[in-house]
Parts: sequence; C-alpha cells; structure tokens
Amino acid sequence: MALLLKGGRVVDAAAELDAVLDVLVEDGVITGVGEELEAPGAEVIDCAEKVILPGLADIHVHLREPGQEYKETVASGTRAAAHGGFTAIACMPNTKPVCDSGSKVRFIVERAAAEGAVRVYPIGAITAGQAGEQLAEIGDMVAEGAVAFSDDGHGVQSAGMTRVAMDYIKRFGAPLIAHCEDESLAGDGVVNEGVVSTRMGLPGIPAAAEETMVARDIALAELTGCRLHLAHLSTARSLELVREAKARGLAVTCEVTPHHLFLDEDDLASYDTKLKMNPPLRTAADREALVAGLLDGTVDCIATDHAPHAVHEKELEFELAPNGTTGLETALSLVNTHLVATGMLEWSAVTRVMCHNPRSAANLPEMRLEAGFPADITIVDPEARVEVSAEWFVSKSRNSAFLGQSLLGRASDVLVGGVWVVRKGKVVG
Amino acid sequence: MPLSSKHIMTMDDLNAEDIALILDTAESFSEVNQRRIKKLPTLRGRTIVNLFFEPSTRTRMSFEIASKRLSADGVNFTASSSATVKGETLRDTAKTLAAMACDMVIVRHKYAGAPQMLAEVMDCPIVNGGDGVHQHPTQALLDLYTMRQSFGKLEGLRVGIVGDICHSRVAGSLVPALNKVGATPIIIGPPTLMPARSDILGAEVAYDLDEVLPTLDVTYLLRVQFERAARMPFPSNREYAMLYGMNPARLAAMPSHGIVMHPGPMNRGVEISADVADSPRSMILDQVESGVAVRMAIMYLMLGGADSGAAA
Repeated sequence: MALLLKGGRVVDAAAELDAVLDVLVEDGVITGVGEELEAPGAEVIDCAEKVILPGLADIHVHLREPGQEYKETVASGTRAAAHGGFTAIACMPNTKPVCDSGSKVRFIVERAAAEGAVRVYPIGAITAGQAGEQLAEIGDMVAEGAVAFSDDGHGVQSAGMTRVAMDYIKRFGAPLIAHCEDESLAGDGVVNEGVVSTRMGLPGIPAAAEETMVARDIALAELTGCRLHLAHLSTARSLELVREAKARGLAVTCEVTPHHLFLDEDDLASYDTKLKMNPPLRTAADREALVAGLLDGTVDCIATDHAPHAVHEKELEFELAPNGTTGLETALSLVNTHLVATGMLEWSAVTRVMCHNPRSAANLPEMRLEAGFPADITIVDPEARVEVSAEWFVSKSRNSAFLGQSLLGRASDVLVGGVWVVRKGKVVG
Repeated sequence: MPLSSKHIMTMDDLNAEDIALILDTAESFSEVNQRRIKKLPTLRGRTIVNLFFEPSTRTRMSFEIASKRLSADGVNFTASSSATVKGETLRDTAKTLAAMACDMVIVRHKYAGAPQMLAEVMDCPIVNGGDGVHQHPTQALLDLYTMRQSFGKLEGLRVGIVGDICHSRVAGSLVPALNKVGATPIIIGPPTLMPARSDILGAEVAYDLDEVLPTLDVTYLLRVQFERAARMPFPSNREYAMLYGMNPARLAAMPSHGIVMHPGPMNRGVEISADVADSPRSMILDQVESGVAVRMAIMYLMLGGADSGAAA
C-alpha cells in the first residue's frame, strides 16, 4: 500500500526541512520526501494548507491501566493521544499495582500491541511500589521494554535512595525522570503558596518544595553521571537551575506542561477543581519564565502530564479532589493558539519540543520525515477551530483545565507506521 | 432594604451599608433577647438547616437559638449523624437538601470553598458558618457588633489580632470586615503562624505584641490550632504565653479603655490567662450574646423578614 501526501508544508528540525513538499509512504515506511513526487497507484492525499510534522511524542502520560480503568485505559488513552496528534507516548508507572517489575512492563507492552492506537513506551518505577525505600527490578524492566524510570506522583524523598537509583540506572543508559517535590515542604498543600493560598484559605505548596529537589537532583546527577530528566517544572527558579546545569555540560533535560505554560494561579478565581494539579499553577511571573525558557531552549520538551480523573472524583471539595488535568487532546491546539499563531514559535521548533527532544530525553526511537524512517506522521490543520467541550474528548475523562476554551488548529490526520489512526479529525478504529 | 448579596459566604459579599444594616438590625434583636419571652413570629414556616460537618458547640447553638427565636423551623444536620459517614459527597448532600425545599442553609465545613459548592447546587441563601481556614463571616459580624457596643463606633479603632493567623478563619473574615468599617486591623504573631502573604491582607503586621499593645483599642486573641499545624510552630506553650499570651501585665500595658476579645474556645494559660479572661475588660461572653442577635438579624434580612413587618 502506498500513500502520497501531496503539497503540504513539511517541517522537521532534525531533517532540516521547512518547505512545501510531497511525502511518499510505502509499506509503513517513508520512502521519499521531495518536490512533485510521482507514485503511480499510490493513494494521493491533498495536504495543501496543512503542516506535516514527524510524529509527536508525549513522554508524560498517565494511562491508569491497570487498576483504574474507569479513568482511562491503554485503548482509550492511546486514542486520545492520536486525537491530539501524538504517535507515541510514554506512560507513568503509578498504576495499581505500580509498574515496578518486568512482568508489569510486559503487560503494558502487550496491551498496547493488542489495543493501542499509537506506540506506547512504559516508564518503570524507580523504587518497589514507588515507596522510595528499595530499588525496583530495573534490569528486568529494561529487558521488557521500559525506556526510563520514575516515581512520578511523588518524588523519591531520600537523597541517599535517589543516589543509589541514579548509580544503578546509569548502567542501562536510561534517564531517571524526577518528580521534584519535597513532601516535608509541600505538606497538605493544594495550590501555590502565595497570594492565592492566602486569599482562598487553602494550604499552599511553596515554590521551594520543587526548587530544592531540582537542585538536589542536579547535584546527584553530577555526582553519579546518570541522565536526569526533570518532569513538569513549574517555577522560574527551577529553570534557572536547569540553565546553569546545562551550561556546565550536565546531562540534564526538562519538560513543562501546557497548563503551566498557558495558565497561572490567577486563573483560580473560584474553587474549580479542574485547575487543581501538582505541581500547582504558579504565578504569572513563573508562567512567563516557562514560556521564555521554552523559546530560549532551556525547556527541552512539552509534556502533558495527562492525568485523567472521573467526574465524581473531581466534584469534591477542592482539598479532597485528586490532582491533574487531561492534556493529550489539547496540547497541540494550545501550542498553535498561543505560540505558533502568535509568531512566537516556528513549526520547526515545535518539532523539537514535541517530537525530537522528548524522544531523546525519554529514550524513544528517533523519528524523522526522511526516507527510511517509519511513517509516524502528524498532519496539522492550523486553521481549524477547536471548541473544547466535554464532547471534544476521546479520553474516558473530561477533567480538562481548558474546558470551554476556543482554540486554533488541530491534528487533522495521523499516521502510525503508515496506518491512519486519525483521518479528517476523527480517530479511526 | 435588603442585603446586596443573596449569600454570605465571605466578607466580600457584604459592603459597608450591609454591615451597618446587620448591626443596626441586631440591636433591636438584642432587646428581644433581654425579654422574658424571647420569641418573635417573623420567620414562622421557614426552614433553616444547620449543616455542620465539623464539631461545633457555640456556633451551631447560636444559629439554632437564633432561628428558634424567630420561629423558624431549625433542622440540625451533623456529620456524625448524616449520610456523609456512608460516603455521600457534599454535592449529593446539597442536592438532597435542595429537593427538601429548605429556605436557608448554614454550613460549617472542614474545607475551604464548601459554601461556594453548595451555592452551585442549591437555590436558597447560604451562610458560611466557617469553611476550613478560609472565612467565618458571621463571627466577624458579631465581633464588630461587640466592638460597636463597647466603643459606640467602629471607625478609627485599632484592633490587634494575636496568634494563629494562618489557621484562623476568624481572622480571615475579621481583617476584611474591620477594613470595610474603617477600623485598622493589626495581625500579630510569630512568623510561623502568619499566612504566606500577610502583606496582601490589608492589615499591619507585627511580630512583637508588647510593642503594639499600648496602641490597641482591642486585643483579639486567637486559639492556636495545633490540630491544623503540620509541626509545632513554636518551642513550647510556655514560650508562646511568654511572647504572646494575654496576662494582667499586658492588659495594664493597653490603654485604660482597651478591651480583650476571643472567639472561643479558649486555652486558658496559653493565649489568655484566667484572670484576664474573667476580668471586666474581657468581652468574651458579650461576644457570645451578640452572636445570637447578629445571627437573628442575618436570618431576618436574608429571608426577607423585613417585608412581613414583624421586626421587633
């Protein structure tokens, strides 16, 4: 089977492409990228006015399976990913039970092969049960396909334990993905500590709860030589620490989420639990620093921290509701609306922060719009309007912080291995 | 003249005119409370639900007595005897009450924002009886009433609020309330008991009680809420009493007209010594008495009692 993607704007920073070109796909593989390609017998897809990107990757996703299938499953989460234009995701291990052994990694891999719409790369737990006390079977998980290790949900509190984990993990060449939060500082906090916590009478999480851990983990990465990826950074000072670590040549990468880029604590005027997340929405100054860090390259990746929850769970008192917002289905539209359409970010840079950098940070296979690479391709309609209503979501959950917003641009068509998973904006199959 | 807001969830719901109206109305009810027969027919046939998810003695009883004196049918719903122990959500409880067509809900809850959540689901007026560490507006109103009774005015008073500011919903409402009536709040305590941004509250901030005592018309003491603190915020009760406890020497350092207030319950020997608590300059029991009159005024005004022409 052959497909000819005709006349789209083909953009790929790694392949140094940004031009109106054709892309030829044969048997699931890209076999040509060039001007006026001819392919007798190929199905021709008119891509005029579309932007063709290498398959986007989200390396911070909570699929909830096994254990909380009422929130999300491998099947529903990968369809949500496809709907949002992602062809690959890495899923966090804080399922029930925790993904902390080879057999549990294999479960995800097999589930994804059987039911997944996009490629799924499991992230294994650092410590057994994410309890922070004893190493999980890292080597066994690597053998079954785990790409990285994280106790995301709550960081490893002990510096000594983290040091052992980094020392051990580095032998496998995998990154440790750190959820930076000192729980003795965060306490029972539910919003950023500051103006909003004071005004709303809610316990706060100080920025220092994150920043002290970022500083600690950078020091430990330097000590051990382990690759370090910092998840969902939320404060200006955290980025300063990353900037300094990178200047010193350390193997440190970081991600920010769309909600920390495009929302801040001032949006939390009422006790709206859709805006309850960890780390919390920070100040406008922090938000601006995250955007600046994205533009200057300090921030390597946009990752969504897609955290689905059922309606009845989020409809609780603010202090009782679970943390998190869904993210897979709004990230690309948000990035286009706020950064690309406004002229702040080129599509080429989008391929860096949503494809190439995340893939290299989390050990996912490289993906390029070049002959020889698998046909994992995201086609964007940058002019399409997206009304973010409950009906927009393919995910099982609708706890989106962006519900009610009107956004610009979306993935119109998505190929994974040369097979359509999204066609004309609809998830296929 | 009705109040400007349907609900009283935070002090933001009330303007200076609302506050004056509530305090003036409460004065007439104070008189009723001195009578032998302390009952008016004003709210006959109206149902007022006391929805208390946290243990409370004085606030719940105060609302209950207020509703009875206005002949409303008061219903008590407390967490231990309710559906909540069966795992029902606050939202479902609210929907259930809404279906029973009650006329007003007083809510006390462990978590901030509970009154707002009720207001999303219910049509009737909601009165916040204390939500988490956020606000407790009726307490602030009865405190204003007590101060006005003592001084004949509120404007220009300097009110020092001492102690556990960050865990105090009383302070959360009293500071904005004092600002609305032209008084000056000063929050005083160790930095470990201050909110993250004490600078945005509209209060002067002081760490040294003895420095500001001679300037205070009112010293308002708060109980340290150890149960809400993650770790001990000061070395010992002894040291707390040494630095922030109200005792006869400190009372003597206040201007001679100065009064002492406390929302209760007190920890005698910690934030207040027994002899100060029981002294003639202590308004603590006056506050309790004011509470009934002020809550009667709130119910009367919010349920349109003025239209029935049955005010005292």
